[in-house]
Amino acid sequence: MTISKSNGFIRKYGVIFGLVGIIIFFAIESPNYFFTPSNFILISKQSSINILLALGEMFVILTAGIDLSVGAIAGLVGAVSAGTIVATGNLFLGLAAGIGVGIAFGLINGVIVAFAKVPAFIATLATMSAITGITLIYTQGEPIWNLPSSFDFIGQGNLADIPFSIILMALAFIAAWIILEKTKYGRHVYAVGGNIKASRAAGIKISAVLVSVYAISGLLSAIGGIVLASRLGTAEPTAGSGYELDAIAAVVLGGTSLFGGEGWVVGTIIGGYIIAVLNNGMTIMNISAYYQEVVKGLVILLAVMLTSFGKKYWNE
Amino acid sequence: MDILKVEEIKKSFSGVNVLKNINLSIKSGELHAIVGENGAGKSTLMKIIAGELEPDSGKIYLNGKEVQFHSPLDAINSGIALIHQEFSLVPQLTVYENIFLGREISKRFLGINFVDRKEMKKEAQAVLKTFGIENIPVDSKIKDLSVANKQLTEIAKALSTNSKILIMDEPTAALTLRETEKLFSILTNLKSNGVTIIFISHRLEEIFQIADSVSILRNGELIATKQINEVSMEEIVSMMIGKSMSNRFPPKPSKKIGDKFFEARNLSSDSFKGINFSLRKGEILGIAGLVGCGNTQVGESIYGLRKFDGEIYFEGKKINISKPTDAIEHGIFLVPEDRHDLGLVLQLSVKENHSLPNLDLFSKVGFVSTSIEKKSVKDTISYLNTKVSSINQRVDNLSGGNQQKVVLGKWLVRSPKILILDEPTRGIDVGAKFEIYKFIYEQSSKGVGIILISSELAEVLNLSDRILVMSEGRITGELDPQSATQEDILRLAVKGKES
Repeated sequence: MTISKSNGFIRKYGVIFGLVGIIIFFAIESPNYFFTPSNFILISKQSSINILLALGEMFVILTAGIDLSVGAIAGLVGAVSAGTIVATGNLFLGLAAGIGVGIAFGLINGVIVAFAKVPAFIATLATMSAITGITLIYTQGEPIWNLPSSFDFIGQGNLADIPFSIILMALAFIAAWIILEKTKYGRHVYAVGGNIKASRAAGIKISAVLVSVYAISGLLSAIGGIVLASRLGTAEPTAGSGYELDAIAAVVLGGTSLFGGEGWVVGTIIGGYIIAVLNNGMTIMNISAYYQEVVKGLVILLAVMLTSFGKKYWNE
Repeated sequence: MDILKVEEIKKSFSGVNVLKNINLSIKSGELHAIVGENGAGKSTLMKIIAGELEPDSGKIYLNGKEVQFHSPLDAINSGIALIHQEFSLVPQLTVYENIFLGREISKRFLGINFVDRKEMKKEAQAVLKTFGIENIPVDSKIKDLSVANKQLTEIAKALSTNSKILIMDEPTAALTLRETEKLFSILTNLKSNGVTIIFISHRLEEIFQIADSVSILRNGELIATKQINEVSMEEIVSMMIGKSMSNRFPPKPSKKIGDKFFEARNLSSDSFKGINFSLRKGEILGIAGLVGCGNTQVGESIYGLRKFDGEIYFEGKKINISKPTDAIEHGIFLVPEDRHDLGLVLQLSVKENHSLPNLDLFSKVGFVSTSIEKKSVKDTISYLNTKVSSINQRVDNLSGGNQQKVVLGKWLVRSPKILILDEPTRGIDVGAKFEIYKFIYEQSSKGVGIILISSELAEVLNLSDRILVMSEGRITGELDPQSATQEDILRLAVKGKES
């Protein structure tokens, strides 16, 4: 009994200590640049896109699935939104088109996994490739610009002095937290990931849960993609590439089990922040981008090893 | 002469004393049974003897010489092998590859060591033959074998390392009666070859059938070691639970069995054919049979987990059951045979497992009301006397008996009309069994129809109001438990099997 508490404790709060440790390290190394309020706002802004994607990814991973297509969807949605806005001059039509495309591809992923029973890794690897291709076809490989300033607001503007992208991220976090912690649906997501057979025997509609988590992932990828295009001021056809790995890393760093059924929304946010703080701090310290990637990889590895070591230790 | 002796063994986990000063002697060449309720410390003691755990203090003597094991390999090298309930076989590999896993026989060719499959097969066959288990094809894959043959492979693997002491943790839990008989004759054969066997079991009948002596553990203490012929089953049970329990079954309640309210007509699927039966309100209908006879599949089909043909009538109407929600809507619930597989989500808490099928009752517009939920869990836990540290405890940390109570309890919230109980007391200790029997009686007295699927004959005979026996997917007979004996059930259970 004490065993499970300690184990949960390590899993839940270990990642917080990790983040605090990294912040202290950079604060000592660079008190004047890193440890300033404006830099923390910058870090939040930088992490917002990844965290939006990671929150969607978390729903999928909780069901013991994986969504490799989040970055590709973000890229396509940015292009579709930008393209629609440029063609019609209507901002809301553009946003609606983008979000619709995101949810549609999420649904496609879900249907392939839930009904065609293709393993999630393969299914979303395939759709990732196809969606990347569709984006290139749609844009003819060229970035889309000449976007109105109203579009720029999403990724660059402030609302009551708070960057709008941070507000979006916070809203998504609160929504995800409420859904996963407080609703019947959220319980079903955990249960399906924990034991799909027992969930079916308890009367849960498995396919509905599976399809919906991929749709949620598609929706959040779409929002992330719009923020990304807006931040850059152009829709780059390859803008989303690589985002899936950071999203998965944030979820796993946050303590969500890749086997499903276990995870904590707050952990995912902290996981996203760890990645953002590392990127930011290392850039401030003038560490070359090549080395940054190596360090990031090692930190992820270390964190996951510590979690599983802690788990073993407490279970002894 | 004692082949194995442990002295003053102590072991604690995170402050909890699991073993308190255990002294135990095992004679050479005997079959020594270890019994005790779940949590008594049996498995911990066995793991210490087999080098999987190190004791906090105490000594182990092998043939009079003190030994210290720091790993299972140390114990294996000293001739002690532990066979777990969960097998340590690689399902994708063959029988002979598993037997020689990690110590493959090789031959040198051009200076390189190559695996000598021919030699390994020959050796494996020889090992199997020595112990009279030669009917297992050595080159079939483990995943294609029956549970019994997996078990025998596991034994062969242990014996091929020249084990002198074989420790078996509940080897018969998943075996059919006939497979159990087979296993016992092999164990007898091993004994005559000088192998000492330590045998953990929950089935006391078995112990009287096969053991030479028995040690009873309770709460981490050794209560007694007895020769099997100087002790009775009642004495063992009362030593196990620490109070005398004149009977393993609670007294039968005086109840009125109501009208017929459920009928299955001509149910068929790939695992059963032509199943017809009815159930009355408040009746306990036992469906007995050997493992694989199809009774589990009948239960799962009525609950909507399997596809089947045929008609089901309930409360005067024909009903359609094609998925679990259909059955749940009618108040028909299943407590499955394998609670880890179908009954529980192990990573989730007691509360979350309890609520899983009941969230509709606990929620308002999709939001779970924690107060309603907590009250429901707490009521159920206290009704069933489920022992948990908190309702947020993960179910994988509970004992088998308490896990089963969580599975049973979740259906109570929905006022069951029919409970399909598939092996409801499998792998749980005597005390918890008694409580579950009481629960079954209480529910049936309330008018709940109970379908009791069980391969434990004593259970079926004592609890049921009526018994159906299945063999090879068909109902082979109906018995009145007042007059029927275990032999009567067995005769019907093997009908159509021998020919």
